[in-house]
Amino acid sequence: MPGVGVCAVSAAQWRRAMKSGGGTLGTTLPHRALALPTEPDPYADSNAPGWLKFLWRNLSPRHVFIGLFLLVFPFIATPFFTFQVATQSLVLGMVALSLSFLAGFGGMVSLAQMTVAGIAGYALAVLGHSSSPEISLAWVWWVAVPFAIVIAVACAALIGWLSVRTEGIYTIMITLAIGVAFYYLVLQNYSIFNGFQGLRELKPPTVFGVYWRDPLPFYFLCLFWALASYFLVRYIVSAPFGIALQGIRDNPRRMEALGFNVVAHRVAAYTLSGLIAAMAGILLAWYNALMSPGSVGAGWQINILVIAVLGGVGHPIGAFIGAIIFVLLQTFAVDMIDRERFNLVIGSVFLAIVLFSPDGLLGLWAKLRLRFGANQAITSTTRRQA
Amino acid sequence: MKLSRDQLAAWILIGGPIAVLSLWAVFDNPRLYFVTLLNSLTLASLYFIVASGFTLVFGLMRNVNLAHGTLYLLGGYVGYVVADKTGWWVIALAAGFLAAAIGGFLMQWLVLRHMQGEELRQTMVTIGISIIGADILLWIFTGQVYQMEAPEWLQGPIRGIPLINAYSAYRLSLLGFGLAIGLGLWWLLSRTRVGMMIRAGVDDRNMLAASGVNVQRLFAITFALGAGLAGFGGVIGAVELSMVPGEDRRLLLVSLIVVIVGGMGSVLGAAIGAAILGLAETYGLAYAPTYSVVFTFLVLIGVLAFRPRGIMGRPA
Repeated sequence: MPGVGVCAVSAAQWRRAMKSGGGTLGTTLPHRALALPTEPDPYADSNAPGWLKFLWRNLSPRHVFIGLFLLVFPFIATPFFTFQVATQSLVLGMVALSLSFLAGFGGMVSLAQMTVAGIAGYALAVLGHSSSPEISLAWVWWVAVPFAIVIAVACAALIGWLSVRTEGIYTIMITLAIGVAFYYLVLQNYSIFNGFQGLRELKPPTVFGVYWRDPLPFYFLCLFWALASYFLVRYIVSAPFGIALQGIRDNPRRMEALGFNVVAHRVAAYTLSGLIAAMAGILLAWYNALMSPGSVGAGWQINILVIAVLGGVGHPIGAFIGAIIFVLLQTFAVDMIDRERFNLVIGSVFLAIVLFSPDGLLGLWAKLRLRFGANQAITSTTRRQA
Repeated sequence: MKLSRDQLAAWILIGGPIAVLSLWAVFDNPRLYFVTLLNSLTLASLYFIVASGFTLVFGLMRNVNLAHGTLYLLGGYVGYVVADKTGWWVIALAAGFLAAAIGGFLMQWLVLRHMQGEELRQTMVTIGISIIGADILLWIFTGQVYQMEAPEWLQGPIRGIPLINAYSAYRLSLLGFGLAIGLGLWWLLSRTRVGMMIRAGVDDRNMLAASGVNVQRLFAITFALGAGLAGFGGVIGAVELSMVPGEDRRLLLVSLIVVIVGGMGSVLGAAIGAAILGLAETYGLAYAPTYSVVFTFLVLIGVLAFRPRGIMGRPA
């Protein structure tokens, strides 16, 4: 891989080298320095095991607090809250995470992430069990799920290969077109996708004597995969591949001149984000227990963008923050206004965010800290955010 | 015109199967074949009218207006109300054009003007506007299906056409509308002062501003014109297709595919793209109903694979 030599360069130096060019997306998407410690490491001398040192270096009280909260939460909240709010936020957050990885670190805003998730869900429904035995092949779940993920990831790579042929703003158009085309395909096709009806009764299996669609087990299942994809993204963006990807986002021509294969890196980014979206798609299919054209329509494609932008695409956590706010609005704001007018509310919130804080709520938070916080706080924030 | 060997091979590879299938279809059922041909060309005219506005805006401002479908729906609804009140279809056409044009003008003047050059942010803003606009339209007009009546002088079929026998006069008139809009745009772009400025702006915005043209005013005019074309298409489409929430997304998809296939910012490209899309979609529906979208998609893949900037596209 051409990126291997890069890891010797510190991220800060790398960014400085890349900064002067500035890509077309540079004006709207936040650029963040990568979290590599530059000051001397206080734990370097102690002879504790490596993983403990890693934790000492990177763990702060709020991480412990949030981790504990996530573990305890389902035991104190009502099943409705656990399932409808928390679990849905986690799953939607995963899809949004796959978009914010592409947009924030690859500079490619793809609206087809929900389509990739939908392909995974539909593949699961066709390969596994559903209420339409004449369509579903009724494979066992441990065969159907990996196959569904592989199909979706392959489709994601294909979508990526198609859309990276053009640049910047064109990507959004092509991915939207692909997504809406898929919507019309599943809507019109009855032999494989069962048309408007869709495929119903998709249930997670009973493994180890646990029925995984009960609120509590399903919450932990989603939490596990959400955390896994979150840490995967955090790892990738500071790995050589991720750094090369950010270089490509900022200045593709310079990276090309340095010998990086720009197209291959971009397609790989699509594939990786496709993996996250595909896993979320499986969980989403189980969560809704059905796949219908409505779940892959343009409305949901755009909702995913709304979620990612709401939270902020500069940091992987933004996707989950956006998802929580989106789900809370969906669940509760409509009671206060009018059930039918949810789109009006979410559209206005989205517009306000785009107009006044392009970096999303994370950007707003950073601005507030910049205004009210001490200088020290800012530097530590930028170093932590990767 | 001399073709290189590659071009010849491409023509044979793509054109050959199409020609064979067409020949088979003509002998199998000539009436179906020619009716489908007319259907696809008339549909293509509607697509061209809507997509030409989209490509005009994109070509000059590099702004992907994802609220274009919403403007289409707005024009259609306004046209419906006006036709209902006055009974004049021509006034409805003008009203639909004006309503969408004013909507587009306000979008450009109040919001998009302040984020010039931030393409992605502008696109996000148009997404937000489309979500809000679609919901307000749904609020006012509910989810009911509206269908407009064709004006009296276009109602009923035209009889006595060889092979086809009878064909809807209104659908045939769409061809005329498409041609008129196409010629009008050509005249505007190549024969008037505004058109000259638009063409100059497409090539180099900064140079145009430097030579003393009020670029903001030009942008607003172009945006209003592009949005107006969407509204105009909305009134025409309201008779042919019917208006219901969701049509905005469909026409947005159409505009996207037409300009991706045809090449962004080129009116001729929009015409070619609309013709290809209309043919692929209608023939797909006639001969392979459940897979018609796949044809559209194949066209998109084929064009992107061989001409990433579209058929008439030029390097930006």
